[in-house]
Amino acid sequence: MTDHVSLTPRQRDDLRTIAAMIIPASEEYRVPGADDDIIQADIIATLGRDTRQVVAALDHLARLAGMPLADLEPAARDSVAQQFRSAGGVAAATLVRVVLQCYYRDDRVLGSLGLELRAPFPKGHVLPDGDWSLLDPVKARAGAMRRAP
Amino acid sequence: MKDPVDVLIIGAGASGAAVAWSLAETKMHILCLEQGGWMNPAEYPSTGRDWEAKFYGEWSSSPNVRGRPEDYPINDDNSPIKVVNYNAVGGSTVMYTAHWPRLHPADFKVKTLDGVADDWPIDYDALTPFFEENDLMMGTSGLSGDPLSPLTHPPMPQQPLGLSGAIIGKAMNELSWHWWPSDTTVATMDYEGRARCINLGHCTPACAQGAKSSTDITYWPHAVRAGVELRTHCRVREITTDENGMASGVVYYDKDGVEQFQPAHVVIIACNGVGTPRLLLNSASSRFPNGLANSSGLVGKNLMFHPYAQIYGYVKEPTDSNRAPPTCLWSKEWYDTDLSRGFVRGYGVQFVRGAGPVFEAVVSEQKGILPWGEDHHRVFRKLNGHRIGFSAICEDLPEEHNRVTLDPVLKDSHGIPAPKIDYTISENSRKMMEHALARGREFLETAGATDICVNSPIPWGGWHLLGTARMGTDPERSVVNEWGRTHDVKNLFIVDGSIFVTSGGVNPTSTIQALALYIADQMKQRLANLFD
Repeated sequence: MTDHVSLTPRQRDDLRTIAAMIIPASEEYRVPGADDDIIQADIIATLGRDTRQVVAALDHLARLAGMPLADLEPAARDSVAQQFRSAGGVAAATLVRVVLQCYYRDDRVLGSLGLELRAPFPKGHVLPDGDWSLLDPVKARAGAMRRAP
Repeated sequence: MKDPVDVLIIGAGASGAAVAWSLAETKMHILCLEQGGWMNPAEYPSTGRDWEAKFYGEWSSSPNVRGRPEDYPINDDNSPIKVVNYNAVGGSTVMYTAHWPRLHPADFKVKTLDGVADDWPIDYDALTPFFEENDLMMGTSGLSGDPLSPLTHPPMPQQPLGLSGAIIGKAMNELSWHWWPSDTTVATMDYEGRARCINLGHCTPACAQGAKSSTDITYWPHAVRAGVELRTHCRVREITTDENGMASGVVYYDKDGVEQFQPAHVVIIACNGVGTPRLLLNSASSRFPNGLANSSGLVGKNLMFHPYAQIYGYVKEPTDSNRAPPTCLWSKEWYDTDLSRGFVRGYGVQFVRGAGPVFEAVVSEQKGILPWGEDHHRVFRKLNGHRIGFSAICEDLPEEHNRVTLDPVLKDSHGIPAPKIDYTISENSRKMMEHALARGREFLETAGATDICVNSPIPWGGWHLLGTARMGTDPERSVVNEWGRTHDVKNLFIVDGSIFVTSGGVNPTSTIQALALYIADQMKQRLANLFD
């Protein structure tokens, strides 16, 4: 289901700016920020049914900022971001979720987390059977289910 | 006009599949109408890299979010717990956790034992053979011998303990609290044409491997081979009645949206606790002005959800995260009534193994424990792959003000009035939830967990839809009799969760299907005088 609404250049700029404020790039972890071109392209390409809420969130952000978010002084930008996060409601939550879901499927990010770059099916995962002697104390303890009359 | 069928079943989910399969041996002409279609496992989320993102869209557990053509909208604005379900061949067994406890014997005698609600008109023993038959048909795994649960005989061994299970077991042992490997419908070995579980991850939204049992791959192939006709993408609008007050058939919309009438000698409803009262209320007529089979006025009332009290935290050791079925262990430590706790009845616990990275990021950000900015990466690495959880399934007692009615405005894509939910959590349930959260916190702290978070109730936790067409011997206090026939219409039966009298504190699907098989058996035994 695709909403026939697209983002304006200003909205795309604000989306990139707020995404970088949510998840900045990190040299320590060798990961891009959420403002990375590939991640931004993924966000735009997969907005789909979330488009309307994301547009509403960006409109709200624009009202709070009063100018392109990137043009604000850092302190003012942080203040706007805090207001947006705390009072943005469902629309802001949708925007943040879309950023996170695209960020945490990027190959570079998953690689940094030590996760395999593949769908779960068909390989699956191996699960250790575990030490079932852990259950011995439960078996040894007295106890019975309540009986019906 | 179409030829009449002997038996018409509405709904191809957990109970519809079971009753269809059981009745097939009669060689009657049995037709099932299902509003959804057959599932295609090649399209299941775990086949793609974006498997987690799909949970927020077309694979959401909420029909209101999902909005597939097969779904109908539900107005649940006036409920802190939102309805979740799935509409397809297999119904909500396509999208469930596969956790497989049964109601306990004491759950059928709540009034006698605890002086609340009502006793069921049948007891646990009446259902025992059908629990066993159903476990073989669905294919269960587990470990027989749990001292605090009814005796079961799962045909397959329990799921592996895994990393999370070991952490959970050690903490519960330290507290001397009961825990046990859950019975589940996850195949741990190849079984009846199903491949064994390979730990695709969060199997709730359908299993591409086919290891998780859903009725589209268990009961339905057998039922169809035995001659049952299953007509998909057919949404029933109403059940019609004749001049004698007997059900005469149904009006439905076919896959092309064309209105059809299908006559039938017997009608069986299997639409569960929201769909069933919706259909009965939409079947009002001059003879049945308050809805069909509603002389008691109880159709739609006594809705029981099971409020979930969930608490979770993060341990230092790695957990199974998304690399295993989500649930593997349960506890019945607080299942039975102990009035010193401040409430009557009790709750079961299902432990949670962990979460995938997208879910972890989204939920932790919303909870405020995952920051924006420079510290995001460090904190995410501390959280991701380290979660364990404790979810209490609290017994919800029947209250008439918790109900399903017809929304005066909202309609589905065929113009059929949609259901409206009015529901509040009782004081008894709130005390139970507080007790569970306190025990869960003790458990998490014993396991060494930090950053503890609470979801109570789980808002999107309305999986269990029970009680809205309750069973009983008194026509003034119940909708169906002790073998599932409506008191008012002698060829109309209900076999789903709506006939529950009380809810117990466990996931209900095993009991729903045992009831459906029991009712089918009763019908077969009474074929000569079914309408007397």
